[in-house]
Amino acid sequence: MTMTGRVLCFVEHDDAGILDPSLRALTLARSLSSSSGRSLVAALVGEASAATIESLSKYAVSDAYEVSIEGLDGYSPAGWARAVLDIVESLGTSAVVASGTERGQEIMASIGAITGLAMAANCLSASWLEAGALQLSRQRWGGSLIEDAVLEGAPALLTVASDGVLAAPAETPIATTLHDVRTVANDLDRRVVVREWIARGGGVALANARVVVGGGRGVGSEEGFAAIDELANLLGAAVGVSRVVTSAGWRPHAQQVGQTGTKISPDLYLACGISGATQHLAGCRSAKHVVAINTDAEAPFLARADFALVGDLSVIVPAISEAIRLRTSS
Amino acid sequence: MNVLVCVKRVPMVGARIVLSPDAREVDVRQLGFTMSPHEECAVEEAVRIVEQRGGTASVMTLGPGEASEQLRDAASIGATHLVHLVTDGREWDAVATAEAIVNAVRALEEERGSYDLILFGNEAADTGDYQVGIRVAQALGRPSIGGIKHVALGEGTLEARREFRGGDEVYDIPLPCVIAVKEGINLPRYPSLPGRMRAKKMAIEEIPVEWRDGSLRTERLRIPVEPRERAEILGNGVEGVPALVALLEQWGILS
Repeated sequence: MTMTGRVLCFVEHDDAGILDPSLRALTLARSLSSSSGRSLVAALVGEASAATIESLSKYAVSDAYEVSIEGLDGYSPAGWARAVLDIVESLGTSAVVASGTERGQEIMASIGAITGLAMAANCLSASWLEAGALQLSRQRWGGSLIEDAVLEGAPALLTVASDGVLAAPAETPIATTLHDVRTVANDLDRRVVVREWIARGGGVALANARVVVGGGRGVGSEEGFAAIDELANLLGAAVGVSRVVTSAGWRPHAQQVGQTGTKISPDLYLACGISGATQHLAGCRSAKHVVAINTDAEAPFLARADFALVGDLSVIVPAISEAIRLRTSS
Repeated sequence: MNVLVCVKRVPMVGARIVLSPDAREVDVRQLGFTMSPHEECAVEEAVRIVEQRGGTASVMTLGPGEASEQLRDAASIGATHLVHLVTDGREWDAVATAEAIVNAVRALEEERGSYDLILFGNEAADTGDYQVGIRVAQALGRPSIGGIKHVALGEGTLEARREFRGGDEVYDIPLPCVIAVKEGINLPRYPSLPGRMRAKKMAIEEIPVEWRDGSLRTERLRIPVEPRERAEILGNGVEGVPALVALLEQWGILS
């Protein structure tokens, strides 16, 4: 089956190459193009680095449109969305795909808002139906539920769940043709432009931490976190907490793991006194190994953990720290 | 400052989501309801702004009759006006939701003046569409930004910050504008008893709205396959500690 209308993927990139969420978006976009004989093209703002161009080839992108927007110094949701929409409309496009990042969601939503088209957020898979509609699966409840749905409208607008689709290059790379696209920002584009970016210091970044020690309601108090901090320190881990803990003011929201907090994907998540609400599980589904410490062997979280220690965490956590210290000193 | 916050009634799903027999909805028979977490923070932010600057903190919801509970929750922490776009209980898609909000905002602004700031939660907890605020902003011709975890009002502008790649992006946005906020922007207060009493008596302005079909149509919902069985118990109390340390070594976490 060969159908008309390219599949276009909006790609986020920097000097080091294409960002991981965009590689995932390219992977889903390619499944839509290759299954229907359509070509896969990419739109990106700013000049593509050598690493980016290499990835575009690996992901079988036939044409990439490098946009420069005169009069715009930095990211502007409206300006970038309009620039991508110009390409979409000039090429004849059957589907537009972006990553499930803040920028990806808002650029696609803006295109939806301008055109009146529906947009499906955080898709896990998509395939064409005969009439040109898309059959898709997408995350709801931060990924705790999956919705199977049909999306109509041309082009189809969708974003790709950053924790639900694995990035996979094409079997055969192809040469990517680069095109320069120049536009000029208008007054509307300039209403919202990023003014500066401020680095945040201190601690192991939760989202990328290799080990996370988690604390929940069972920790009992702000003071109770001293033992959690000590163990995290010994393991070179970040501390993650449940929503109960931040709502109580024991810990800052920046440490919250969950649907409305940070999504983590560590090698080890050691969860102490966490019962396992849907809200929290939505944030730690990508952890490789999960160990739970809980007084209740029937707690829902133990159904998501690989291993568990059953008992009082205020005794067990210091004992783990002690065992690690003894091991290091011997 | 006149601030409007849009909120959505969602079930409190607890530890496990159960689906209705036809798998088209979450089975809510055993569940309580709340507004989405990001929106609780949006209401708190509106109330704080009005406490500092004066003005009104209106809260609007689109939902069934029972969604008045969420409006009263908002009133109990300081919302000054409540607006209910009353539906027949069916799920609305993002396009239709935004359209109904825009129509209501236009009518309300005609009557009592413009909202300087319209706040949304970044995404609804249940449907996670990430777009209603942007659609409303586009239709009203106002600037917007989402993912915001810090705001500071200036004169005729608003400074908004959001996380981006391990740091914070800073935006200056002219008022009136539309902002979608995330949990963490503040810690919402608990309602006081007088607040609750006041909320009970507060008038709710009801506006009927008509459902229409959208072009993203749900066929069914399903629970993702969870690969794990129940956890293997390493031991009770501290007796499991040596086994855990051995696992940490095996996984290369302790070298």
